[in-house]
Amino acid sequence: MKMSIREAINQTLHQEMERDERVIVLGEDVASDQGGVYGITDGLPAKFGLHRVIDTPITESAIVGAAGGAALTGLRPVAELMFVDFLGVCLDQILNQIAKFRYMFGGQARTPVVIRTMIGAGTGTGPQHSQILYPLLAAIPGIKVVTPANAADAKGLLTTAIRDDDPVIFCEHKALYMDECEVPEGEYLLPFGQARTAVEGSDITIVGMSRTAVIAEEAATQLAQKGISAEVIDLRTLSPLDEGSVLESLTKTGRLVVVDESNPFCSMASEIAGLAVERGFDTLDAPVKRVTSPHTPVPATPCLEANYVPSVERVMAAIEETLSY
Amino acid sequence: MDISPEKLADAYRLMKTIREFEERMRSEYQQGKLPGFIHIYRNQEAIAVAACLDMTNEDYIASTHRGHGHCIAKGCEIEAMLLELACKEDGLCNGKGGSMHIADMSKGMLGANAIVGGGPPIAAGAALTAKTLGNGAVSMAFIGDGASDQGTVAESLNLAVVLQLPMIFMYENNRYAEFTKSPKPDGRIAERAGAFGMPAEVVDGSDFFAMYDACQRAIMRGREGGGPTAIEAVCNRYYGHFEGDAQAYRNQAELDAERAVSDPLPRFLADPRAAALTEEKIAEINAAILEEIDRGFEVTYAAADPTPDKLYTDVYIHYEGRLQ
Ligand SMILES: Cc1ncc(C[n+]2csc(CCOP(=O)(O)OP(=O)(O)O)c2C)c(N)n1
Ligand SMILES: [Mg+2]
Repeated sequence: MKMSIREAINQTLHQEMERDERVIVLGEDVASDQGGVYGITDGLPAKFGLHRVIDTPITESAIVGAAGGAALTGLRPVAELMFVDFLGVCLDQILNQIAKFRYMFGGQARTPVVIRTMIGAGTGTGPQHSQILYPLLAAIPGIKVVTPANAADAKGLLTTAIRDDDPVIFCEHKALYMDECEVPEGEYLLPFGQARTAVEGSDITIVGMSRTAVIAEEAATQLAQKGISAEVIDLRTLSPLDEGSVLESLTKTGRLVVVDESNPFCSMASEIAGLAVERGFDTLDAPVKRVTSPHTPVPATPCLEANYVPSVERVMAAIEETLSY
Repeated sequence: MDISPEKLADAYRLMKTIREFEERMRSEYQQGKLPGFIHIYRNQEAIAVAACLDMTNEDYIASTHRGHGHCIAKGCEIEAMLLELACKEDGLCNGKGGSMHIADMSKGMLGANAIVGGGPPIAAGAALTAKTLGNGAVSMAFIGDGASDQGTVAESLNLAVVLQLPMIFMYENNRYAEFTKSPKPDGRIAERAGAFGMPAEVVDGSDFFAMYDACQRAIMRGREGGGPTAIEAVCNRYYGHFEGDAQAYRNQAELDAERAVSDPLPRFLADPRAAALTEEKIAEINAAILEEIDRGFEVTYAAADPTPDKLYTDVYIHYEGRLQ
């Protein structure tokens, strides 16, 4: 069935709550009539009751921390951190608590919590509601980071996230919510650490994740019209990272452009570039190119914001440089 | 309570300016002429104005996502605000902040804030500056009923008491946080603040005179080294959480009733203490406000967007690295 990412996430929450009564949902406004700002939790309170779909006060530390504590003691909470920017309010609970339980307690602990959060620029809401931040999260040992780019992947990855016994941060790009695609009916799981080859090709590899996977696909379509065969790899999960798919693609193409909406320093683009240079050096025919957002906050003004995120044009320019090296 | 005729006129002018400014903004926003999210302050005007009326540019406020009223009450220029809300080059924040981050350091306005509960620790820091410099300035944090639950707020309450900071916790209890009705009974917020060890009172937030009275006392206490104060101003959120939210989750009859009783403007004008304000004076003020707003919009729509190079300015004051 064709559905949007928003609908796919909503359907997955319904299915998983139905399947396992230890799954609970908590967050700000999640039990409101409209199912939060984007209607993601629509219909859950009516079906599962307010004891399993819990409206919380505006207290991210407590929301995320309590979800972690509940997970540690047997529930499978799906907590909502409305915008990833609010990580600033609750980082300790993620960084020092949830992510470290298993290791520092010598393997005794199991923390099957999912933190769903909204990422990305493009809504004109400025520096505190537009960030990406997934590289920051992917850098933390002990948590997994998931970044779906389409509705089918959102369903498959969220199902896996909820059933996974480790903490997972599930990043939903706000610009993609309405994007539709065919989504498998019924139970659908996708493994973590397995990238998706969105487009097969042989001249150049373009790596993306979340929205930049969509941008990379657009670039590949344009390249095809020029007779250039690009391979697009959508990472799907950033931690664990499917290094093999990237390296394997490089053996075919010898050229790499990574597209990442993060700020450039210590970005996923840097990570992938490092991987290519360290372990794919022999396969490279040209320097690796990174296309990222700049090392600046996200401006509120739409005219600057439009130049902020990687565009298809910027990706095309990077590809041309790489191909003509 | 003492209020000079000048202050009385100022109070009216500021409340009315906020009202007209935002009503005009709404209509422009609905026509798609303004970007981002905007949160309207209607029916809460008496709080901001009473809070800032006795402040100077040396005093500080830290605002919230619903900050237009706070800005105007603290003396921000209408035109500069509009330029920012439209994200223009000459806006207060050069268009980089927009509605949710509008700030004016020259007026002691330390920023709207898109992080709920982000303001109080900053306001506590400003109060620490005032205390350290011993200059008699005070600092105020505006805090929603929803925000009152944040850990940052509790930590700031505690710090303000421990350090005896010249700070005012101005809670605006409009009984809603986004689409969720507050589960807290009126007065609970003040009770909590009081429990930290500071004077705390509940005030009718649509009664300008009651608000002004409470604020004067709190500001005096701060200026004289008496430490922090909390005020819970009970009020009503007239419109939806943000512009475009039709508030389907609110009972219409209840909302209509609340709207009628909680409009601070008619209450202000009907109060015997506002008698010095003549019909003529009011008409004169009203005309000047509309003119200022019209002019502001005219300038704003003719104004330039930031040039593309501005994306890279002001990340740092000085930086020897690559930003692109
Ligand atoms: C840390 C953080 N959490 C959540 C939000 C989303 N959010 C924005 S405004 C708001 C409700 C705030 O309610 P309240 O403090 O009562 O202020 P009001 O909107 O009523 O003025 C929420 C949850 C946010 N911006 N920041
Ligand atoms: Mg409120």
